[in-house]
Amino acid sequence: MTRLKLPPWLVLLLPAIVILAAVVMIPLLLSLYSSFTPYKLTRPDSLYKWIGTFNYEKALTDAKFWAAFGRTVLLLTVALNLEMLFGLGLALMVSKVTRGQRALRTMMMFPMMFSPILVGFQFKFIFNDNVGLVNNALQSLGITDVAIPWLVDGQLAMFSIIFAEVWTATSVFAILILAGLYAIPQDPLEAAKVDGCTPWQSFRFVTLPFLMPFIYIAMAIRSLDVARAYDIVQIMTNGGPARRTELLWTLIGRTGYVDARMGYANAMGYISIFLAIFFTVFFFRKLTAARAELGMGT
Amino acid sequence: MASNATHRNRRRALKALHLFGLFLAMLVLCGPGLWIVLNSFRPTVEIMAKPPVWIPNELNLDHYRAMFGGVGEGGVPVLTYFRNSLVISVTSTAIALLVGMAGGYAFARYRFRGKAWIFVGLMCTRAVPGVALSLPLFILFARIGIIDTHFGVILAYVAMNVPFTIWLIDGFFRQVPPSLAEAAQIDGCTRWQAFWQVEFPVAKAGIASAGIFAFLTSWNEYALAAQLTRSVTSKTMPVGLLDFQAEFTLNWGGMCALAVLMIIPALILTFLVQKHLIAGLTFGGVKG
Repeated sequence: MTRLKLPPWLVLLLPAIVILAAVVMIPLLLSLYSSFTPYKLTRPDSLYKWIGTFNYEKALTDAKFWAAFGRTVLLLTVALNLEMLFGLGLALMVSKVTRGQRALRTMMMFPMMFSPILVGFQFKFIFNDNVGLVNNALQSLGITDVAIPWLVDGQLAMFSIIFAEVWTATSVFAILILAGLYAIPQDPLEAAKVDGCTPWQSFRFVTLPFLMPFIYIAMAIRSLDVARAYDIVQIMTNGGPARRTELLWTLIGRTGYVDARMGYANAMGYISIFLAIFFTVFFFRKLTAARAELGMGT
Repeated sequence: MASNATHRNRRRALKALHLFGLFLAMLVLCGPGLWIVLNSFRPTVEIMAKPPVWIPNELNLDHYRAMFGGVGEGGVPVLTYFRNSLVISVTSTAIALLVGMAGGYAFARYRFRGKAWIFVGLMCTRAVPGVALSLPLFILFARIGIIDTHFGVILAYVAMNVPFTIWLIDGFFRQVPPSLAEAAQIDGCTRWQAFWQVEFPVAKAGIASAGIFAFLTSWNEYALAAQLTRSVTSKTMPVGLLDFQAEFTLNWGGMCALAVLMIIPALILTFLVQKHLIAGLTFGGVKG
């Protein structure tokens, strides 16, 4: 009897591949198949009817889908850039502190420990137009005496969601950038000082390039998470008012579960997964380029 | 002399600005959470008061008492949820770390064809949202009969965490020079011994930080858990949070109390390991 001999790397990778295949790939293939059928949860036999690319054509010409798509891209760009800026500022401020840094670092990571669904409820509460913290504070300070409908007005609702998203994830950027700040070699900074650079110049031309890989890692991780944003929006506004905050995944969740049109929902799902993969690959290439520039190899 | 004094003044102003900025940032970061904690101790009348009551007149444990109390008086089976969450998060983190260590080690130490593609392929599985997976997974799990069990949720969470743990751990092992393990092998260790006695201890801080991320992800996950759990036998805390939501009303006080209970373990864990977390991230994430 000959025993099958596998190369060691494959043996080591096999558990990961098997689990991902079972839990991610097989369900995805199932839903890929169902995206070519008019599958409705309420009529299981509709799973066996093949209608080709009908669902995809429908999604691509659906204004609601493209509106949600645009909003997701808007949320991605606005939230990621704000998180990056705030995270950078926070990390710089915390790194300059000499005493009590450990406590500050833990406080800084406080929002990271919140479950997205909890963040959703928390900000639903805080932005409540009647008893919410924000309105109460504004009214007590005498800035306004009308109840501002944060979650009911179309534009304000999107702002509230971006606020919640930025609040949760700024720490992710801050912690990674802080790690980067600790890892900066001191020699180039000193050389810059000797050469007469202003603090701004040495930050711009020495510190920042060194931090870029850390920023891209955070961007790559977060772009995946924001592209999948569901919990927070679902809880805060449920895509409302009048679909003004409808994102890709709330739209898909609604189409799949509430309207029970699973086949159509899956077709939209596949189009949006490509969006997420595009962003991941994009930041991955940026990361590799930034690493190469710093001579960190691949 | 005059320039010296202005210089000193400027430094003092900058320092004050720095402290003020830090204070403001921490206020924004911690404020909403602290407000939730405060509200969990306040009677509902005060939470809903209009005009608002800023200085609490009365703090009590009513919401906690109700939460731990019987189901009839607004309580939820919170201890069961807590236990479910703990079992599921700890087990899935442990398994994800083992699988991630094996995979990360393979990526860090071996050369093989299609390595970059397999790596990117693994990462892309993370692009799939819980909502997209939940229905097909539900159908699949229902067929095998592992719906509403700890095992089913653990399996799903392991798959969710593995790509990221592999990515981080791969970075940490790349930091450990291969010559270390080779030297140990020359001294008579087997490859296995060399791994556990030389390479593992060096990469430990990094592996711990990968573990924290995995734990927090599974502790906080909602979309998958909401589909894969049906009853108290497997519901986790984030799903349990919805027990406080009736059709038109929300029991804010009770919800705040459960939220506090949910944050405490994460807070303790993060405080204990945050030093390693930073060291680990420096190590692993970037310098591949």
